[in-house]
Amino acid sequence: MPMQKESTLDISRRRLLQGGSTALTGLILSSWLPPLVSKSVAAEAATAGRLGDQSIDGFGAFVRVGHDSRVTVISPKIEMGQGMQTGIAMMVAEELEVGLEHVTIQEAPPNTALYADTLMQFQATGGSTSTRYTWEPLRRAGATARILLVQAAALRWRVAPSLCRAENGRVLGPNGQNASYGELVGVAATLPLPTEVPLKTPEQFKLLGTPARRLDTPSKVNGKARFTIDLQIPGMLVASTVTCPVYGGRLRSVDDQQARKILGVRDIVRLENAVAVTASNFWACQQALKALRIEWDLGANVSIDSAQLDEALIEASSRSGVIAKREGDIEQARQQSASQFEAVYEQAMLSHSPLEPISCVAHVRPDGCDLWVGTQVPVFAQQTAARITGLPENKIQVHNQLIGGAFGRRLDFDFITQAVAIARQVDYPIKLIWSREEDMTHDLYRPLYADRLNAALDQQGRPIGWEHRIAGASVLARYIGSLPSSGVDADAVEVAVEPIYHLPNLQVRYIREEPGVVPVSWWRGVGPLRSTYALECFIDELAHNAKADPVTYRLSLMERQPRAQAVLRLLAEKTGWGQPLPAGQGRGIAVSAVFGSYVATMVELEMQGETAFRIKRLVSAVDCGLVINPTSVTAQIEGGTLFGLSASLFNEILIKNGQVQQTNFHSYRQLRISEAPPVEVHLISSLETPGGIGEAGTALIGPALVNALFAASGKRIRRLPLSRMGYYPV
Amino acid sequence: MQTLMINGQSRQVDVPEDMPLLWVLRDVLDMTGTKYGCGIAQCGVCTVHLDGQPIRSCVIPVAAVAGRQITTIEAIDETAVGQAVQRAWLEHEVVQCGYCQSGQIMAATALLQNNPMPDDQAIDTAMAGNLCRCATYTRIRTAIKSVARS
Repeated sequence: MPMQKESTLDISRRRLLQGGSTALTGLILSSWLPPLVSKSVAAEAATAGRLGDQSIDGFGAFVRVGHDSRVTVISPKIEMGQGMQTGIAMMVAEELEVGLEHVTIQEAPPNTALYADTLMQFQATGGSTSTRYTWEPLRRAGATARILLVQAAALRWRVAPSLCRAENGRVLGPNGQNASYGELVGVAATLPLPTEVPLKTPEQFKLLGTPARRLDTPSKVNGKARFTIDLQIPGMLVASTVTCPVYGGRLRSVDDQQARKILGVRDIVRLENAVAVTASNFWACQQALKALRIEWDLGANVSIDSAQLDEALIEASSRSGVIAKREGDIEQARQQSASQFEAVYEQAMLSHSPLEPISCVAHVRPDGCDLWVGTQVPVFAQQTAARITGLPENKIQVHNQLIGGAFGRRLDFDFITQAVAIARQVDYPIKLIWSREEDMTHDLYRPLYADRLNAALDQQGRPIGWEHRIAGASVLARYIGSLPSSGVDADAVEVAVEPIYHLPNLQVRYIREEPGVVPVSWWRGVGPLRSTYALECFIDELAHNAKADPVTYRLSLMERQPRAQAVLRLLAEKTGWGQPLPAGQGRGIAVSAVFGSYVATMVELEMQGETAFRIKRLVSAVDCGLVINPTSVTAQIEGGTLFGLSASLFNEILIKNGQVQQTNFHSYRQLRISEAPPVEVHLISSLETPGGIGEAGTALIGPALVNALFAASGKRIRRLPLSRMGYYPV
Repeated sequence: MQTLMINGQSRQVDVPEDMPLLWVLRDVLDMTGTKYGCGIAQCGVCTVHLDGQPIRSCVIPVAAVAGRQITTIEAIDETAVGQAVQRAWLEHEVVQCGYCQSGQIMAATALLQNNPMPDDQAIDTAMAGNLCRCATYTRIRTAIKSVARS
């Protein structure tokens, strides 16, 4: 990296974390590479003997040990509140035999060869894959470093490596010898990588499984943590945009005469579908944007509204679509059935609305481009910048940042594209910030979904045939460009095609119905959230129709799911399930096996009149396999559950004349502390492979809530949010 | 030219009178601990203290606070209560993404300075203006109560 470029990076997170140039030029390791990747920068460097003090371009590794003994973990996952980077640090520290206080986290740059998540096949943070993916390679990276350091010590002391051991950042020899990692790293870096890297067994863990303090939180309680929106780059101006209010519309003309008179305004930049203002501060940008006189070509979507979309979706849910799963013979089962039951469940369009609004710092120069941006997809960020600027990808530096909430929003890079499109028209760095109104009306939304379920039932009301038709937009197709030839969106039908219940004669159909008017995207819980809602509501209806207890009924269909059974039984035990409640009160449950974790959730509520209710208790039982950091698991279940509660109660994006109607938190309200019940979390101790936990809670609260409302009121609500149906918490 | 008293220091800023305090802090003084979330006093991430009381800096014109005591998250550890709140936030692992937490800590500190033993109702009233999309509410409540007990 040329020195001149270095000097422009002086406040970047990367630089801050590096601390000093000598500390990190020691041992650089990439001890594990994704199986799909045959070759890597780090692997090449290792075989060519280029590791070590000369290797300053040392990204492409998970672990570095500095000459000052500091350990830097290069995190392939960005921190956005889920506690992932602390979890990753714990995995490395456990095997490397260092205390967490010796570990510094550095964000990985875009590098598919090194950092692609093999569960998702690309470099991304999302889909509750982070723990599942990093569990093996990050521990292996730590262990590899430890083995090399021990070997280096053994060479120095002329003893067998087996007589030395690592402890708390030092290697101890058989005769009282003692050396810090920093002293050993120079030699260790010259050694060949070990071919065998055994990992600890769970009973050997000292750190994993114990509650650890998050590494990123001290700077988040004193205002020092910098998110993208807080960055200051020398010479930078703030930019903000107003984008055509109808998706697909275009800028026709703009009169900027008044806007240019606003104090602090520098440039007005025209984009295809937006106008940007750059100024010395965000407020001046907003004043100038308001002063613009813009004429839009609103395009083809201008006549669409939500009622049309709802109607089209309900109609679509009766169509045949494509087969996503077929087992046995549904028609025969229907003929043999004593009765059939059908219900349609609808889920609203949702915005992500993290509290950090859309923001991206971009500096485009003739010879390169720097992006400072919190992104879940650094490679995509790099690629879009290369496309917009015409620069080669290796000239695009992505400096990933802490994210102030994403919930899937920063799996997209529309705003990075826009920031680069603005930055290439000016000769200074810009920090693009969207107003909350722009953020909410130009999100990529969780799509509307309609699930039509039909069960063929025997005399006891148990399913002998099951059909699940899922109608909705394809997030997957929008995201990767197309669906496989089967036409099945694997995300849309997840859970439905592999339910935890034993459902003979199962048929799942996917009917793609695009809203067109707005782009759709990933939203916390993704496919499993949508299908779990429909499935867990429907199974609850079947249980009640059969006059069976909802827990007993579920258990009777879960014989092949011991872990799901265990969380459900634990939940029943902890909540006093089965104990009678006064009239007007009820309990509802939901259970799932998603993201590699098993979770069951119960809501207990009390009606206060016809449509008002008070949530009295909210309890989850969780088996997420081996727990890395119990504090983070509990926090994710608590927060994820309440995040889902907020959406289930209140949230719905509505379209009128092709435009999103909700503009800010007054019209897209969020759960407040006064409305948030405490969440009890019970963890099951397990040695199974760790599962994801960031989204599991979110997926269960909706059905548990609706089921509780039925138990308390006798009213079955099949559409979320509840506020649309007239139900409110008090 | 406006003269502001921020965290005990006098600061001269040359900005329009109607510029909200938030943007003076963030874009003029580079004090970015105070956050932008909604611009219409709906989310609370911009909370600072004005003469000891919590206000939403996104809707307060700078001229309205000239000469008055403004305290931001950057200096909240200079008060015993502020320090205790920060400590409790870490001890109870309140923080997730952290973006709203400056505002939460400012609101909680003001609450505890005015009412050292707040009950649930008082916590609801004082904190309901501060959104947290990660929904760390359970722990915010626990942390506030732990400070009250100490």
